[in-house]
Order: sequence, then C-alpha cells, then structure tokens
Amino acid sequence: MSSDPSMSEAAGVPGIQITAPGPALEVSHLDIVYRVRGQDRLALRDVSFSIARGESYGLVGESGSGKSTVALALVRYLPRNGRVSAGTISINGQDPLSMGRSELRDLRMHTVSMVYQEPGRALNPSLRVGRQIAEVFQLAGASADEATQSAEDMLRKVQISDPGLVMRRYPYELSGGMAQRAVIAMALAASPSLLILDEPTTALDATVEAEVLDLVAALRQEFDTSVLFISHNLAVIAKMCDRVGVLYAGDLVEEGPARQVFDDPRHPYTVGLLRCIPRRGQRKDSDRLDTIPGFLPAPGHTLTGCVFAPRCALAQDRCRESDPPFFDVGELRTSRCFFHDQAPDLPRATPASVGTLRDHGTGGPLVVVEGLSKTFAGGVRALADVDLAINEGETLGLVGESGSGKTTLARVLLGLTGPDSGAVVTLDGKPLSPDARRRPRETLRALQIVFQNPDSALNRRHTVRSLITRPLTRLARLSGQALRDRLADLIASVRLEPRHLALRPGQLSGGLKQRVAIARAFGGRPDVVVCDEPTSALDVSVQAAILNLLADLQKAERVTYLFISHDLGLVRYLSDRIVVLYLGRVMEVGPAETVFAGPHHPYTEALFSAVPTLDGERPDRIRLQGEIPSAADPPSGCVFHTRCPRRLSTGVCESTEPPLLEGEPGHLTRCHIPLAELRIIQRNESAPSQGGSL
Amino acid sequence: MTESHFLDEPGVPSPADPLGPLGPEAAAVAVTVAVPVMRAQTRWRLLLRRPTFLVGAAILLFWVVCAIFGRLFAPDNPLAQQLLLANVAPSGSHWFGTDPLGRDVLSRVIVGARDILVITPLATVLGTVLGTALGLAMGYFGGAIDLIAGRIVEAVLALPAVIIAFLFIVALGPSTTTLIIVIGLIFTPLIARTVRAAVLTERNLDYLSSARLLGEKPGRIMFSEILPNVMPAILVEFTVRLGYAVFTVATLSFLGFGIQPPTPDWGADIAANYSGLLAGYWWQTLFPALAIASLVTSVNLITDSIEQVLNA
Repeated sequence: MSSDPSMSEAAGVPGIQITAPGPALEVSHLDIVYRVRGQDRLALRDVSFSIARGESYGLVGESGSGKSTVALALVRYLPRNGRVSAGTISINGQDPLSMGRSELRDLRMHTVSMVYQEPGRALNPSLRVGRQIAEVFQLAGASADEATQSAEDMLRKVQISDPGLVMRRYPYELSGGMAQRAVIAMALAASPSLLILDEPTTALDATVEAEVLDLVAALRQEFDTSVLFISHNLAVIAKMCDRVGVLYAGDLVEEGPARQVFDDPRHPYTVGLLRCIPRRGQRKDSDRLDTIPGFLPAPGHTLTGCVFAPRCALAQDRCRESDPPFFDVGELRTSRCFFHDQAPDLPRATPASVGTLRDHGTGGPLVVVEGLSKTFAGGVRALADVDLAINEGETLGLVGESGSGKTTLARVLLGLTGPDSGAVVTLDGKPLSPDARRRPRETLRALQIVFQNPDSALNRRHTVRSLITRPLTRLARLSGQALRDRLADLIASVRLEPRHLALRPGQLSGGLKQRVAIARAFGGRPDVVVCDEPTSALDVSVQAAILNLLADLQKAERVTYLFISHDLGLVRYLSDRIVVLYLGRVMEVGPAETVFAGPHHPYTEALFSAVPTLDGERPDRIRLQGEIPSAADPPSGCVFHTRCPRRLSTGVCESTEPPLLEGEPGHLTRCHIPLAELRIIQRNESAPSQGGSL
Repeated sequence: MTESHFLDEPGVPSPADPLGPLGPEAAAVAVTVAVPVMRAQTRWRLLLRRPTFLVGAAILLFWVVCAIFGRLFAPDNPLAQQLLLANVAPSGSHWFGTDPLGRDVLSRVIVGARDILVITPLATVLGTVLGTALGLAMGYFGGAIDLIAGRIVEAVLALPAVIIAFLFIVALGPSTTTLIIVIGLIFTPLIARTVRAAVLTERNLDYLSSARLLGEKPGRIMFSEILPNVMPAILVEFTVRLGYAVFTVATLSFLGFGIQPPTPDWGADIAANYSGLLAGYWWQTLFPALAIASLVTSVNLITDSIEQVLNA
C-alpha cells in the first residue's frame, strides 16, 4: 500500500493538509453505550483497531455485533441515545470526539465520507443527481461551472458511460447499481482520506455487486484512500480487504490479514461462522452444515469473562471468570481467546454426517408448467413462455437476479397471481386453477410456501399457537386429541419449544419466526413447498440451522422443494436440479452439478463468476457490461445479448431468440452457441479451478 | 420499567436435551436479538405516565360524573324558573349566575352534560362500526366495490356534515335516537376512508397470501386477519371523531336541530342566551361555551396521548 502523502493530494480538491505519517484511523479502547429506558447498555466494548494509509480494513459480524455503531461513532452520527463512554478515535490525527460543530462539519466535508447500504435513501429524491454531486465541489470552493465539470468527470471515473444524461436524472430514475455509483462518486468527490462503506452492495444484484466492488477496488488505488468496509458477507470482505476484524456482540474477537483469518481462523466464533457457510463440494445429502449453539447475548449484557464463552465448545471456567486478552497468533494477527491454538479443532455443534438415506429426486414430474407467461399492467413481461417440470422428491433450485421473474413464477404456481391465458400448470397430471380461491382443499394442502420475510408472512397479532394450528384444522381437518398430538409433533420437528406457542411473532427472533412459518407450511403435509429466499433475511449462523431443518424435513416428509435464491452457494448446497432465469426466460436447466461444473450458458457463467467466494477469486472472472434491462422493454433476439460477453459477431443474437435446446441429457441451454462449443470456449479460457468456485 | 419485555434469553440446552443432537442447533436460531414487543399492559402504563392523558382523563371523568349524577349534586333544579332572579350575575348564591328565566346556570351546565355524553359516544361507536366494515371491504376487495363505494364516500364528504344532518333531522324529527343515527352515518364515510387506507398497507403483506393458501374465506380474512392489525388506526380515528361529535351535537343544538328546550344543553343554552351578551350578561354564554371547550379539549388530549403511545 502506498502511503505517499503527495498521492492523497493528487485528486485536487483542497482538503486538510496531511503531513503526519500516522494511520488514517486509529480507534483505541472504544466503549459505546446506548441509553435504553433509563439504563446504559454497552453496545461496543473495548474495541481497538487502526487503518493505515491506503489500507482497506474490513469489519465483519452478524446483526447486533455493533459494526454499524462503529461507523456511526467515527463521524459522530450516533443516535441521540448513544454516546462514546470511553476510548479515543483519531482520524488523521484529529479527534472527532472533541470537535466543535464547525470542525466536525469540516471533518465530514473533507476527511471522511460514508456510503450506505441503500443508495436510494442516500440521495435527495427531489434534486437532480448532477446538482447533488456538484454541491460537494461547490462546498469545497469551486465555482458553479467548475463544479458541474468536476461532477461530470467524477461520474466518468465511477464508470458511468453517459455522465451528462445521468446528471440530469432524479435518483428514482436510476437503477440501484447506477445510484450506488453516483453515491460513491459523491463520497469520493471530496477526496476523503477515509472512506467508510457500510454494506454498500447488500441491496444490489450479484452481477451489479461485482461491478461496484471492482469499481471500489480500482478507485481505492487511484485515490489512495483508506477504506473501512463493513459487511455481514464474509466473502465480500475477503475479496475487498487487506485486513479484517471480526466483531461479536460488541467485542472485537479476532483480527488479522483477511486471507489468513478466513483460511485459518483462530477464534472459535470465526471458526463457527465459517462452518455455517456452505462451501464448494458440500451437499445437503452428504454434509450437514455446522451451527453455533446458543444465542447472542442481549444488548447491554453484563457478562464477565469472554463474551463468546456461553456458546463456545472450548470454554473452560477460566473463560467465564476473566476477560481473555489479545493473543498474538501470528504475524499481525490477534485472537481474543485463551484457547486460540485449539480453535481450528472446535468440536462441531451438529453431527457432520447425515444418514445415508438418499432416495429422493428419482420420481417423475410432479408439477409441470407449459407455456407460462405473465404480463403485468404497463406491459412488464415478468415471465415469457416458461416450460419447466419439478420432479417428485427433488429440490429444484431457481436462480436469477431481481426482475428475473423468480417470485412471480412461485406466485403463479401457488395461485396467488394469475398467469396470462394459454398457460398450463398441472400437479400430478391434474390441471391447477390459476386462482388459489378456486382450488379445492386437497390442492391447497399439496402446494405451500415459505416466504422470504417472516415478519410479513406471519400475522403479528396472532399467537404462534393459532398460527400453527390453523393449517392443521383447515387443511388437515384435525381436531381434538389428534390435533394436539400433531401440533406437538410439528413444533418438535421444526425445533420450536412448547413455551413458544403462547408468544406472538414480535416476541421471537428472526430464526424462530422463520421456523413458525415453516411449521405453517408443513402443517397440512404438503407435497410441494416453495421456499422463496427463506434465509435471505437471516444471519449466517441462523441460516445454517434453517437450511439443515429444510433438508431434514425433506427427508422426513419426502417433500418436493422449489428453492428460490439469489445465493448460488445455497442453491448448490440444496438443489438437485437448477433452473436459471433471466428477464422471465429460462436460460439454462440441468442437474445441479452439471450446471455448476459447466459448460454453462454465458449468463450462468457470468453469474457464477460474479459472486465473491471464500475459496478465492477465480482468475477467469467474466465481467458483464451494463445494467439488467427492463422487463417492460426487453432487448430483441436473445434477451441477454446486450450484456453477453460471448455474443456472436454474425448478428444472430440481436435478431433471433435462441430456443431452449438439450445439449446433453437433462441439460438445456437457451443460446445460439451449442453446448459442445461452449465447452471448448470455457475450457480454453479457464484455469484448473473451473466449476469449483463455490 | 423493571420487567423485561424481551423474550427471555433461553440458556444453552443441557446435554440431556430431549431433542437430542439437534437441540443446540435449534437454539442457534434465536441468535438475532428479540424485538421488543409492546404489550397492551405496557401501553396502559405508558399512557398513565403522560400528564396530558391524566389531565384529559380527569376532565372527561368530571363530565361523565356530571352526566350520570348531575341531578344529585346540582345546587338548584336546572328547570326551576325564578323570574325575580333573572339575569343575576355570578355571586355566592349563584356561582355561574342565572339566565333570563332565572334558572341557575351552574346547574344547567352540570346537568347539560348528560345528553351530549350519551349521544356522542354512541354516535361515534355506530360510525366506527359501520365505517370499519365498509373500509375493510373497500380495502380488501378493491376493484369495483372500492370504486363505487369510494365515489359515494367522496360525494358524502363533499357536502357539509351539518347540512346532511339537517335533512335527516327535518325528515325524522329531532330526538336523541335520530341524532345518534344521523351523526353515526355522517361519520361512516370518514372512518371508512381511514380504515381503507390502513387496510391497503396490510394488503401487500404475505400473511394474507398465506391465509388464502389455507382456503380462508374473505370474511375471516377481513375480520380475523386484517382487523386486529388495523385496530390501532381505528382506535385513534374513534377518539378523533369523538371530539368532532361533541362539536357536531353542540352545533346542531345551537341551531335548534338538536336537543330541544327546556332540557338543559350547552349548545341550546348558548343559542338561547347569546343575544344577552350585548346587555352584558356574559355568564349565560361563557360557562356553557367553556363546558363544550373543556370536553372537546379533554377528548383531544386523550387522543393525542393514545396516538403517541401507539406510535412509540
């Protein structure tokens, strides 16, 4: 990392002159408390870290770990009830905690910039984008014309191809990726010495995320800015950061160079967290995901000793009695664990192997969809002529970015959204009514769903008991003792406890809520369950437990899944077959391993290579150009041709939509390039790691 | 508040966990910190800590006591005319003075609370029940029902409420029952509009899809699934309308379409005596007017407190 002070001045805007060669950020022994109902609750405990000039530092942790609190405290944006109760912060040698109002303004204007998760909310909706960016330059003393020119240059630097057009737009007229670029342009406009990125790509699609991450990496080099990168996504941190700090319940538990920490973690929490993530080669029928037992301590906990001890399989009396200090565990590496040398051998919380019963995925087609289209008002064609079959007992993974029609497809199957006329949907050979209200009880029982967000899917005014009982009485027609027995079985099978029955959803954690939703879906003993991003609202360690539960239930109930996710790692772990959707069209169908191993459709190829993984970046990354087109006005010919890196020069891609063809048994692609040819192209270009990046 | 409203953090399951090896995994699910939940009990306590609520409730309680027991403790018979003591200014014997017929103003103000406190809550309850049913149907079914009912609601809202009330009262003759029904019907479209808006925010939530997938009928979806979730909005709307109802009843009485003389009534008494203001008999108008103002204010204080506690 270069720390040449002349380079940090290179971007031109007069900032605060930096002469001190010290770190860009130094946080030491920081305690932050939130005052809740008259009591101070400790949200951050004795956190120390520093970021060198030009360095990129990642803070990773689950919700409630305090990572956003750190970011807010650095620029004194803590909410009214939060305050720094101990410790110091030094940004470029300046102390924001002791600053007056105008100094603080100066700091926020020239020295530190922040980029938040939702670009739509970071931009003023009633001002044109150009004016908002130009404002930053004007504040720095530029004239209106200069500022406009600088704004345009800045937009070009964040790889917006037509800056003039974007500058005249209002924020709502920009796509998420475009808006986030504009926010990054604004953040860099003041050429800050520290850039704080708080979950900057969490709201973006995989291919767009990849572009924004590349952009941040490139700009960091160009502007020589130090970066504090906050994310719950370990793979993103691994890709973006030089060093990483792992936060747990307000404590920094491990720190070190990112690659080393993720390859060879030395704190039991980091070890557990990494084991929760499905890795390359793991599958539901051979490897169970590990989980972290127990619960995050409540905010403001007053634990003595190690904060992770109650959940740690290595914990001894010593851990509960005294605070572990930071142990040096290698060059530049520290771990706050007495037993850091044993951490890699942390005993599993769940058995690694699953029973060897594997007789699913062998049945014939259970749900068959033919010629399914769905056009919404305004001509948005969410689904275009989709044909697919879900086989009895299998898990069909449905992959695609936002706007690909995944959720619409699920809603049409369930009868919640009516398809365009001409579509045929059959269950076990019998046609299904397009409207759930007209479906007989038996059909309703057979097809159920686990929604993405349990807060929305569970009626917050009903108790868990009434939520779970209702499908038993409605669909299974149970009453009396049979009802009580089945209820007890059901809650045990989703690992809820009887005491949860009296509570309402608002009193449960996210994972428990999702278990209630799963129990509701399984109440009538369905044949097919649609899982629509069932874990995307959950933390990594909770996600692992839910995935294990879904796999167990499939085995016990012999149920068929349509598993919808944007997370390729999850889809690979759970699915037997995979369908890839793009702009409402099926681009590729095939057995999971075949689709992942390749050859694959160019879009699938791009999607796979866009996703950062913990197993290291593929050298053969494919970069997609541009944004996902609007479904209201899809491109001519092959809908992917506008972004396709393998577009043919003959013009056939622009003019003719390719058919979905079976290139090898069970493996279909919608591409003018035959599968055999794709195999040759992709094999020639790729390194040995081909097909194994997840 | 000492007691916790969080889900008690359960401990790590013991090795003898009946769920066997899956026990710890189940426990891992609750990692996210439980969301604080406001129970009805908590809300009550928060309400009772608000001074505005206590003041409002005290004033309202005073008028309720007057309405029920007023005749027992009013210093005079509110109907007894003493023509020799007409237009007496407030004094030790008549604290609020007397009116042109020599009746004691204090007694008329106390006893005058009765009809208005019977009519306003009953009319508001009627309007809320009808408006809620209509609003639920409009919001849930949407489409043609929403379109047609929506236009009717707008048409009714376009006319001044008092004019509509006149029409009905002239047709039916003024009585307590008529007033209740008329004011209830006038409030129905207003409340329906609020409930409809609240239902629309619920309609996109997945729990309604989930209910449809259990084959639930529209009636149950509206009243058992949606209604409990829009109850806070309805409660606030009810208290807001209660304040307006006091005004409406007083206005109608003032205009001679409400409670009929000689029954003591604030609005009617102001109407009967305001010409005396020019002659300096201010107490005949001021005290009934203050009574109306204090009742409306008390209801509004309560409304504000409820709204803030519900939004907290």
